[in-house]
Amino acid sequence: MSVIDVRGLVKRFGDKTVVDHVTMTVDEGEIVGFLGPNGSGKTTTIRIMCGLLTPDEGEGTVLGFDILTDALKIKREVGYMTQKFSFYEDLTIGENLEFVARLYQLRPVEEYVSRTLQDLGLTTRRNQLAGTLSGGWKQRLALAACIMHQPKLLLLDEPTAGVDPKARREFWDEIHRLASGGLTVLVSTHYMDEAERCHRISYISYGKMLATGTVDEVVRNAGLTTFVVQGPRLDQVAEALQGRPGIDQVAPFGATLHVVGSDKAALEKALADVEKEHRGVTVAPGETSLEDVFIQFMSGSKDNIA
Amino acid sequence: MKDGLRAVFSFARLGALLIKEFIQMRRDRITFAMMLGVPLIQLVLFGYAINNDPKSLPAALVATSSDPYTRAMVSALQTTGYYRFDRVARSAAEAEFLMSRGDVAFVVTIPADFGRRVERGDNPQILIEADATDPAVASGAISTLSTVAGQALLRAQGTQETAKEAARGHLDVVVHRRYNPEGISQYNIVPGLLGVILQMTMVMMTSIALTRETERGTMENLLAMPSSPLEIMLGKVLPYLVVGAVQVLVVLAAAKLLFAIPFMGSLSLLLSAVLVFVLALVLLGYTISTIARTQMQALQLTFFFFLPSIMLSGFMFPYRGMPGWAQILGEIFPLTHFLRITRAVMLKSAELPAVATEVGWLVVFVALFAGVALVRFRRTLD
Repeated sequence: MSVIDVRGLVKRFGDKTVVDHVTMTVDEGEIVGFLGPNGSGKTTTIRIMCGLLTPDEGEGTVLGFDILTDALKIKREVGYMTQKFSFYEDLTIGENLEFVARLYQLRPVEEYVSRTLQDLGLTTRRNQLAGTLSGGWKQRLALAACIMHQPKLLLLDEPTAGVDPKARREFWDEIHRLASGGLTVLVSTHYMDEAERCHRISYISYGKMLATGTVDEVVRNAGLTTFVVQGPRLDQVAEALQGRPGIDQVAPFGATLHVVGSDKAALEKALADVEKEHRGVTVAPGETSLEDVFIQFMSGSKDNIA
Repeated sequence: MKDGLRAVFSFARLGALLIKEFIQMRRDRITFAMMLGVPLIQLVLFGYAINNDPKSLPAALVATSSDPYTRAMVSALQTTGYYRFDRVARSAAEAEFLMSRGDVAFVVTIPADFGRRVERGDNPQILIEADATDPAVASGAISTLSTVAGQALLRAQGTQETAKEAARGHLDVVVHRRYNPEGISQYNIVPGLLGVILQMTMVMMTSIALTRETERGTMENLLAMPSSPLEIMLGKVLPYLVVGAVQVLVVLAAAKLLFAIPFMGSLSLLLSAVLVFVLALVLLGYTISTIARTQMQALQLTFFFFLPSIMLSGFMFPYRGMPGWAQILGEIFPLTHFLRITRAVMLKSAELPAVATEVGWLVVFVALFAGVALVRFRRTLD
């Protein structure tokens, strides 16, 4: 049974269609990355799934409950971590956790709270106001509060924005630990390295779902060819490559250039020309990365911007 | 069915919301201090400052004769404490000028034939003109007039008749005033202040209850967790009911200690009425908070409601002095009904039957505001 199974979701704000016929399935125990540029409809889609917004069209179930009629039941089984820290900054860490524990009717409250504090390593800072925590600690507190009631599905909306790499690494280790225990996770992110840590990814842009699958599948299905260019004066080479037929992306990576295109023949021809024109330049086949695919998606749909 | 009820209301979830709200209230020291300090400050300030029965008002005397009757009359008026004769006008025109400049609040005219008429027993007359631009100013001074003047005349005549009969029989006090307000005294102001202070703090505090959560971003989380609209409403409203109860005790104690307001009626009746009134107020504030999108809007709506309710409720101006349409408008404010209840219970020792209609109105407001708030509450972020 799919934990998330939604079809044809549409949400409009005024005359702007923010979510445009989004269909998505997530299976039990999966970690699915939800990717897309800012304002692409990730947050709105997540809010529809946890009952915070009613879709204008579409239907579906979350944890077997109808998203249109069973919002309250969904709320009890889902942990939702908002993009912005949305616990009470004028309450202490302990008080925030007690509040959540009481609201979910977890008994005894004290046991849940002290266990959570212990897991977090925050037992000694229990009486500190939540507003005084750093970004990384706020994120950990929010996650801990979201999973205290042992939800079956975790919806995370850009959980690692503004968090340092070490804290991000620890966060993802925690997510994988939770998923191995049977928890299903849908996490939205901008970061490519995070996308690659997901079992599957879904890419949404301007409300439309453009690609879905494992990272390899998404890269393969994008049908892109990549070459790595090496040699002297690469800035001039990059300039020469720009705008030629078959060249979609030229991006410097350290001492090399990644050249990406969807039309393999045209790309090879353009590169052969440039190789001839510039002395000492070598071209070798390269690996298309997830980032290359997303840049391609984003440039492909830029005309859609509001 | 049981599951359905549990979805709508659970004491445990309400408890969670209540505890959270009380902690936040305690943390917000300035607001908390305001909630307790404001009633006391306002009560002392308004209680002492607002006086609708001013004494020692400047008066001008127009008297062409200085016979014993005239002198007796002047000194009698002075001893009432209301009149302070610091001007003697030579003519009616001069007195008129003094009044138009606002130098005097009264002009007392004792005609030249006053003494002669008293001796002849021929209906002597004195004329009191009051500056009625502020109608409340003159009311006390005028109301004591007739008796005082009559007694003075009797003493001057040396008659043994009772004062009342004499006043009725002989002296004719002509009073010129265009407006005749209710006789308002401090006894009337302080019970009214109870209602106004409660309204001010209760509506304002609760009107930002939900918008504050929305603006701080905590609303999204609250809605994502299993709390029902009813629980969220009660969780916001009940803590302020407690604050309101504390305010009531502060104001009532101060009324007794500072102003020695006589408390005639039943305390339990008054407290029950106050409870219903405060409940109506916090629900009104909460309703505003379901309509407003920002805290600023909530405060604007509160003030939009606040001023007319003070003006039209009978707190500031006599209710019966207003035209019919304004009286009907006045009925839509809980304050109007509450003022009638407090004044009746505190000053006239009214029992429940006498104020049942007004209490009934307050109950209607409670039901109405709660209903509107629950309907208006946005369960989602749409």
